Amino acid sequence: MTIANTLRAQPDARGHFGQFGGRYVAETLMPLILELEKEYRRAKADPAFEAELDWLMKHYVGRPSPLYYAERLTETIRQSAPAGHGAKIYLKRDELNHTGAHKINNCVGQILLAVRMGKTRIIAETGAGQHGVATATVAARFGLPCVVYMGARDVERQSPNVFRMKLLGAEVRAVESGSRTLKDAMNEALRDWVANVHDTFYIIGTAAGPHPYPELVRDFQSVIGHEAKAQIMEMEGRLPDLLVAAIGGGSNAIGLFHPFLDDPDVAMLGIEAAGHGLDTGAHAASLTGGEPGVLHGNRTFLLQDEDGQITEGHSISAGLDYPGIGPEHSWLHDIGRVTYESVTDREALDAFQLLCRTEGIIPALEPSHALSAVARKAREMKADQIIIANLCGRGDKDIFTVASALGVAI
Amino acid sequence: MSRLADTFAACAKEGRAALVTFVTGGDPSPAATPAILDALVAGGADVIELGMPFTDPMADGPAIQQADIRSLQAGTTTRHLLDIAKGFRARHPTVPLVLMGYANPMVRRGAQWFAETCAEVGVDGVICVDIPPEEDDMLGAALRAAKVDLVRLATPTTDAARLPAVLDGCSGFLYYVSVAGITGMQQAAQTSIEQAVAKLKAGTDLPVAVGFGVRTPDQAAAIARVADGVVVGSAIVEAIAEAHEAGQDPAVAVRSIVSGLSAAVQTARTREQAA
Ligand SMILES: Cc1ncc(COP(=O)(O)O)c(C=O)c1O
Repeated sequence: MTIANTLRAQPDARGHFGQFGGRYVAETLMPLILELEKEYRRAKADPAFEAELDWLMKHYVGRPSPLYYAERLTETIRQSAPAGHGAKIYLKRDELNHTGAHKINNCVGQILLAVRMGKTRIIAETGAGQHGVATATVAARFGLPCVVYMGARDVERQSPNVFRMKLLGAEVRAVESGSRTLKDAMNEALRDWVANVHDTFYIIGTAAGPHPYPELVRDFQSVIGHEAKAQIMEMEGRLPDLLVAAIGGGSNAIGLFHPFLDDPDVAMLGIEAAGHGLDTGAHAASLTGGEPGVLHGNRTFLLQDEDGQITEGHSISAGLDYPGIGPEHSWLHDIGRVTYESVTDREALDAFQLLCRTEGIIPALEPSHALSAVARKAREMKADQIIIANLCGRGDKDIFTVASALGVAI
Repeated sequence: MSRLADTFAACAKEGRAALVTFVTGGDPSPAATPAILDALVAGGADVIELGMPFTDPMADGPAIQQADIRSLQAGTTTRHLLDIAKGFRARHPTVPLVLMGYANPMVRRGAQWFAETCAEVGVDGVICVDIPPEEDDMLGAALRAAKVDLVRLATPTTDAARLPAVLDGCSGFLYYVSVAGITGMQQAAQTSIEQAVAKLKAGTDLPVAVGFGVRTPDQAAAIARVADGVVVGSAIVEAIAEAHEAGQDPAVAVRSIVSGLSAAVQTARTREQAA
């Protein structure tokens, strides 16, 4: 039986989400990504794979993560909302995972694939360092050598995570080419991969890259949405009205959204980084400020100039300043199922502080973007409506950035 | 016949391989490129690959990455490259010119626009690093409609099962990337190149040119004995960079390095017979 009217059956056999996605890679890599796809299909059908994944998610990562009713945040927002307004805000606490972000969900899944494929060396790219830390963590857990590529500018911005990766036994290679941030780290990881295809597995950190990566990263991150759905049904007896998540490449967002895509009454909002403001040019809002193009193996919305040269993204958050976005989001944007808006550095900083003071939770700067939008939306929504926001990372890594943005010397 | 087919056929008739040379367009500046292309021809290059600079050259090593950065910093645009191609065609009516680069700059204004403009300015072929056969509809159909050759890449990881897909829709020549890796790395072992070329030639009548890691006249000569073409890129790009940094004329440096490569390629098979 074919299931009609589902938005959850993407991508097609060629890895396309509508006009997005695909496999735009050098010929050297093609046989390997075809093999990865086959192995992923086999793994999905293998109960032993699922059992091992579930076991690690529970005992190593610490899942399920709580769905937490942020009562003080909700009350605080209600104070400045019109009467009867101020939606109930729930936070999906993926910042409580081992390593402090959602990135580990995907890394556990991918390293199990690497082991199945007999690969003996792990590489990854990282922006904020959260994916690098998560990759270094699983590499240590499985005893595989690990090289993490990180833009030289991010190495400076995120030094605590650099040290964490080293403690975990990974080699961190600072990438000096291009804009010295995440996209350049991804270029360098791809260069490493083509030269070492025989023994190396590339753990991509977001729901982007050539097929099957956007699909498999989404599937591994969908644990977030599946849990949230069960949890909200248990706590509220109904589905939420709105889901909100921050978007760098889009993995935490698609992980939360995907299990709800076929629930028509659940609205979804993805938040891109507006940096200094969309009109300044210094932002990382690929959907709002970009156009379709091809980069890093997939066709998707990109920040680019009229000649197709990729322009630099800016955000106070090193995890959001990627000039692209996962192809499934481009598709969801195209068909209008998910709404995408943006939040500036300044607004994210305000939301960061708001959560610290109302809930005693220090969020990462990435989900602080989502939280700013949550505050905005909650005020417009009725008090009996429900929002779930993805609190996809904790803010320890960002305290230096925040201090300097607030003009505080520490 | 196309200029590419004519050129490879003429070289074959002379009993030698073709010398295919790569430079990045607009490196060190758009104004300097025409003289550099002329120097490639004067030095003895048979086929010219003009690289389209890209901000994110994922398949390139440091030499060509730096060339792309120099070019883009000098303000090179797609329009410049097309004008350079047009000028080249006017000065060299018979020398094949191939644009090489990445998908995004090629399809930015639409595949049809790109293919038709290539035909209009006298570009004979296109090599796109990141469009494998699986994604052919992004650019391949438009190129074929405009009668511009689509040169595909085969690599050490392209096995017998995949090769027909790579060959389907490929024209002009087949480019064998001799190492699994990026440009400018070490050369592959000669025996592995010989085996690979033999396998490829068993599968196609297209000329097979071998590149990646070919730097010296000796290496070029060794490949010229077994393949229909030898591609040299990073070594020339490095010569341009060195001359530019030393305040010298890059065209002079290019002519000198290409003359050496050309002499080696021209005489490779006769020297082998004499030996
Ligand atoms: C905590 C956190 N959230 C979000 C992101 C952005 O990535 P994605 O959009 O794939 O979730 C990152 C990336 O480093 C991150 O560390």
